[in-house]
Amino acid sequence: MAKSHSTVLAHHFDSIEQQREASSLGMWIFLVTEIMFFGGLFTGYVVYRTIYPGVFAEGSHHLDITLGGINTVVLITSSLTMALAVRSAQMSNRKSLVIFLILTILLGLTFLGIKLVEYGHKFRDHLVPGFGFSYPGPEAGHVELFFVFYFFMTGLHALHMVAGVGVLTILLILAGRGLFSAEYYTPVELAGLYWHFVDIIWIFLFPLLYLIGLHLKGS
Amino acid sequence: MVEHVESKKVYFTVFVVLMVLTFITIQVAFMDLGWLNNILALGIAVCKATLVALFFMHVRYSTRLTWVVILGGLFWLGIMIALTLSDYLTRSWLTYPGH
Repeated sequence: MAKSHSTVLAHHFDSIEQQREASSLGMWIFLVTEIMFFGGLFTGYVVYRTIYPGVFAEGSHHLDITLGGINTVVLITSSLTMALAVRSAQMSNRKSLVIFLILTILLGLTFLGIKLVEYGHKFRDHLVPGFGFSYPGPEAGHVELFFVFYFFMTGLHALHMVAGVGVLTILLILAGRGLFSAEYYTPVELAGLYWHFVDIIWIFLFPLLYLIGLHLKGS
Repeated sequence: MVEHVESKKVYFTVFVVLMVLTFITIQVAFMDLGWLNNILALGIAVCKATLVALFFMHVRYSTRLTWVVILGGLFWLGIMIALTLSDYLTRSWLTYPGH
């Protein structure tokens, strides 16, 4: 992309505002394709959970509500630090932008670390479909189906987190060089949109995977 | 249009509300409320997602075109889920020989 180095305004835009709005609209269109991407998995989940509600609740009992809950708190906190990072960029505060980007990255890595521990537990308990899955009882096949959804949905989500952490790391380097200011912070704003979107996906995954059938536990 | 800079107070308030909603959704999940369990779990998730979008993602100050794009995307997601379910949920209504 050819861009004059003297100004942050690309020549095909009339104004900075127009340029900013075009970037943000483009990001939203990308996020809509992401909604459809995850939407396929959500649709599959809804169909099979409607067909096997009891078994999905049973499979859900094997997820760790404590770790899942902690991860929800971690991710929402990371959304707060990301929002504050964008705000820092809007106010040309380079130091606090760097601090909030680092906090967001650390919280993202914490989330991924906890997720890894959870995956480890599932391997230990033979609950990973296709990798020596074993489950007592006649419903083993349908429980395995629940775990197929669990791994694909949380896996795709985790992959988005990894990409997000990568993007934020690049932004951190650029922010350290003082590239962003109140005039030009579009990359920070767009990375923020992506990060919050990934947070929203988790906001739905958490109740759909971890919380279903908690009230049936032990009965 | 000058980009709106949200106050820190708004961000922290939204954060606290999100935390409270997370706490409520976990507590409610342990109670047996029948069909209400699903409604509450998803209802709270929708509220949380809306808060994140409106405030953290600045949708509140976005252009109408952005609103149309977002609502259009959600509408299409609704079509995908509703039409797929209308197939799966009605399959058992039909009874024909050999089935």
